[in-house]
Amino acid sequence: MRKYILKRLLQSVVILFFVAFIIYALMRCLPTSYIEAMAQQKSMQPGSKSYEEWMQQLTVMYNMDGSIVTGFFRWIGSMLRGEFGDSWKWTVPVVEKFNDTVWLSFVMGLISFILELLIAIPLGIVAATKQYSKADYTISVIALAGISLPTFFFASLLKLVFSVKLGWFDLYGLIGRNYNQLNAWGQFLDKANHLVMPIVTLVVVSMGALMRYTRTNMLEVLNADYIRTARAKGLSEKKVIYHHAFRNTLIPIVTIVGGSLPGLFSGALITETLFAIPGIGYTSYNSMVSGDIPFSMFYLVFIAILTLLGNLLADILYAVVDPRVRIA
Amino acid sequence: MSDNENNKFSSSQTAAETADKPNEQYSLSDDRRVKVLSPGALVAKRFFRNRLAVTGMVILILMFAFSFIGGLVSPYRQDQLFYRTDVQIKDYAGVVHNEEFRYTVNDPVLFKNIVQAQALKNIMAGSDTFTYNGTSYTIEKIADDVYAVSSGGNVVGLASKELVTSSTRDDVSFAFTEAAFRARAAGEGTFTADGKTYTLGEGDSITDAAGSEVAYISAYIVRPVMPDVFFSRDFKDQLIDAVESGQTSFTYTGEDGVTAEYILSYNATSKSWDIKQEIDTKVFDTYSSPSSEHWLGTDRNGMDMLTRLMYGGRISLIIGFVVVFIESFLGIILGGISGYFGGWVDGLIMRIVDIFYCIPSMPIIIIIGAAMDAANLPSLTRMMYLMLILGLLGWAGVARLVRGQILSLREQEFMTATEACGIRPSRRIFRHLIPNVVPQLIVYMTMGLGSTIIMEATLSFLGLGVRFPFASWGNIINDVNNTYVLTNYWFIWIPAGVLLLVTVLAFNIVGDGLRDAFDPKMKR
Repeated sequence: MRKYILKRLLQSVVILFFVAFIIYALMRCLPTSYIEAMAQQKSMQPGSKSYEEWMQQLTVMYNMDGSIVTGFFRWIGSMLRGEFGDSWKWTVPVVEKFNDTVWLSFVMGLISFILELLIAIPLGIVAATKQYSKADYTISVIALAGISLPTFFFASLLKLVFSVKLGWFDLYGLIGRNYNQLNAWGQFLDKANHLVMPIVTLVVVSMGALMRYTRTNMLEVLNADYIRTARAKGLSEKKVIYHHAFRNTLIPIVTIVGGSLPGLFSGALITETLFAIPGIGYTSYNSMVSGDIPFSMFYLVFIAILTLLGNLLADILYAVVDPRVRIA
Repeated sequence: MSDNENNKFSSSQTAAETADKPNEQYSLSDDRRVKVLSPGALVAKRFFRNRLAVTGMVILILMFAFSFIGGLVSPYRQDQLFYRTDVQIKDYAGVVHNEEFRYTVNDPVLFKNIVQAQALKNIMAGSDTFTYNGTSYTIEKIADDVYAVSSGGNVVGLASKELVTSSTRDDVSFAFTEAAFRARAAGEGTFTADGKTYTLGEGDSITDAAGSEVAYISAYIVRPVMPDVFFSRDFKDQLIDAVESGQTSFTYTGEDGVTAEYILSYNATSKSWDIKQEIDTKVFDTYSSPSSEHWLGTDRNGMDMLTRLMYGGRISLIIGFVVVFIESFLGIILGGISGYFGGWVDGLIMRIVDIFYCIPSMPIIIIIGAAMDAANLPSLTRMMYLMLILGLLGWAGVARLVRGQILSLREQEFMTATEACGIRPSRRIFRHLIPNVVPQLIVYMTMGLGSTIIMEATLSFLGLGVRFPFASWGNIINDVNNTYVLTNYWFIWIPAGVLLLVTVLAFNIVGDGLRDAFDPKMKR
């Protein structure tokens, strides 16, 4: 087991190296970079140096002289030394900006993830136990609708109904207009109030997949021989489903849930952008659009690490939860 | 699928025989009593028994008809602009009754601003000579409120409360102005300036030898708001009449036959009258509500919404298909190679797949979208790139699926049988291996179509995907970023969103139904 994990980790490092290189090359190849925009702006000022001179100076200043390959190795070097550089757009150290924003995204992700589990798993089980019933069809259609619902459309609908028509929530942002006049509890409530619509969006859009996954796996388990045996023994249907079937359904579910835990830190890029919630997703969206290489690189590599970690965690959990699986 | 051919053979045979002879003729144990279906027919049967999947299928057919035939049926083109006439009130002119001295300058050096101020001071004080900067000036009173300032015997400028204004598009010369003032002060009917003779007539109107008016003297100044507008004398007269009689509006028909309503208002701070023109203007028919002409209204550019939706559907569907085609093409080839040959080839390809799996696709596409924005690519090229990138980022999933399938199929008995029969490898792969992967692939691709369409729509929504003049469902909804549209114009974004949702849902339902239908273990 230890050997397996070690091997996987080594593999992940190699994969990460290439992923980072691809992303870095891509960011460097942008036809108009942040630096060019900056040089343009600076050369416009009265009595300033020419665009070319600024360009030259800024390229050196931002460490962007040299080819993509040397630049990449320089970047890797400073990464390994733990120097992540300063964000160009936010003009603070990358780690600081990251720390400022990631926890909000994590809280948002965690709440919606828990809600998702609480809604999707029971509904998936109900759908499987009553296969081809009205309930099953309804749940299946809801799950598929959730998968098919474009995030931005659903968010717009929510805004129209709850923000414009009912006026319960603000359209955008994390804090209200009179946030600074509120006491600590009031500030907490204000933030919570602003997070309701984003979390609802996240839950509705993402629960469909888990619901279907639960249903499929539960169906598979219900068709297994040991369930027939359990029924043949004369156990009550309740006991068969919740004691024998459900526990076995948990195996793949625990795997997938464990695998998606690292993803909680990655932020919800689209949802956060739609609601202007200053989490990691929204921040990185703005960084990427404005060509802020240090922050975007940090974020993208972070996401890649989370993905790899998630896959590894899922595979390990699979072996841990299911004694039949042996990984070599 | 070696038994496939067998089945097909037997089913065609039974079909031919049962056509002319009813079942009852055979004995109970006869095989021909049993209707044998090919696997394809079985799948179809299972699929069509699933009511939900059939509904999805019908929705998809309708959606295709809407997008591809709708565009042909619609009376409008996708980029056809519509106009409506709208009464627009524009600032048109300003009228001032001049009560201060204004200067007409002959010599801009000797009669510069500061000299003008000195002259005014001396006029007020009643003195007729002054010296400024070593130059001496004399002030000559021509008439009440008309003074000529001269230096060294030459008139350098005039200070007057009334002005000589040209009636034509040409400016009047200084000599003309001076001569006109002097003639009026002396009560003479004619005067000569610049070698021509002019007549000073009634209402201080100055006409040339041919009898047409060239200028007039008036204390009113009429100034257009737009610099290129020329007012005819007739218009100015009527306007000044209206101002003097205290009217708040008047109507004037110009030489070009355009009748417009003018609204007059007195501005006390600037002591002037503001003239606003009310004119019927042709404007883009933007955000008009649904009507019999435009069933879903018009969008922000004044284009028919329903037609845009049709063409948008076309683009969204085409992008979906092209991307899924690229994905599966790459995926099948690489996955097939990887699965069939195994060994180091497999290892290499799977590591590449791992890398592509690990690349965060949404952020990458956002970055590329922003880059394409900066590069100002034409819309069509941009769309091509978008499809290519989406396809390149998506093939890893297909490759994994194909490889997994082939790995498990390779070990099965029918593959050993093909080997034992001495069938050549290419035939083994394409005739026996690939067809067995197809069911899973079709399911995957159907679902992939849905998610690609969502992906494209999301990008277009963020303004990083399909661009104007092309319509896509995503960039139609894009307008909802404008809160005013979100609040007031439901018909701009709800229909596009519903179409998007319904289409993707239908793709997913059909994919689901196909999965069930392909699965022989299914009970039904």
